[in-house]
Amino acid sequence: MIRVVIQEAPIDLAAEHAAAEAADAGAVATFTGLVRGDDGVTELALEHYPGATERALEALCEQAVERWSLAKAVIVHRVGPMVPSDRVVFVATTARHRGAALDACAFLIDRLKTGAPFWKRERRGDDARWVEARDSDDVAAARWDSAG
Amino acid sequence: MAVELLYFAWVREAIGQAGERVDPPAEVATVADLVDWLRGRGEGYATAFADRERLRAAVDQAFVPLDTPIAGAREIALFPPVTGG
Repeated sequence: MIRVVIQEAPIDLAAEHAAAEAADAGAVATFTGLVRGDDGVTELALEHYPGATERALEALCEQAVERWSLAKAVIVHRVGPMVPSDRVVFVATTARHRGAALDACAFLIDRLKTGAPFWKRERRGDDARWVEARDSDDVAAARWDSAG
Repeated sequence: MAVELLYFAWVREAIGQAGERVDPPAEVATVADLVDWLRGRGEGYATAFADRERLRAAVDQAFVPLDTPIAGAREIALFPPVTGG
């Protein structure tokens, strides 16, 4: 089962985590990304490409389900304005055993950062600027290319 | 061949609109050609498309390199490298 949600509302961690559990699955791995208050960031706003975002995330989930025989793959991504410590993204992967769940969860968050059309804009007081893409994110996403 | 264009993040801000419908001439064959053609439409376009290295594209919602042909495309999006997660 694949669940991809793009929402402006806060992410309900308890509900999403419970929904990721499944019969015959012994492991749920999750990742939660929070807005960092780096260098005085007061607001983080996320823009996305409606339609294309959902397609990209569903394709990533399909790859993960296939590669690690997952029972479930979940991505909930928040968009719009947020403040430090808000949850911006939640990923859950459900499998029979922990190894598959943990690897699939890392795959999804690494690939999501470079393969889905989201753009971050940081505000520090009156100054707002678009966040630059980082090479380290490309490296993290690429590590899944060759690995078994 | 008319096509729907979408702009995101600072590309959208520089151009001053989220999208538009354009009808480029026949010699505009690839996404890169389209970017070059758009650059001539005004100062905002020139700013948005000044550095092709910082530009990414999607044709009909699929991410593509800039040398991708655009024949038959219905929707082309132009945007900066993504920064989600």
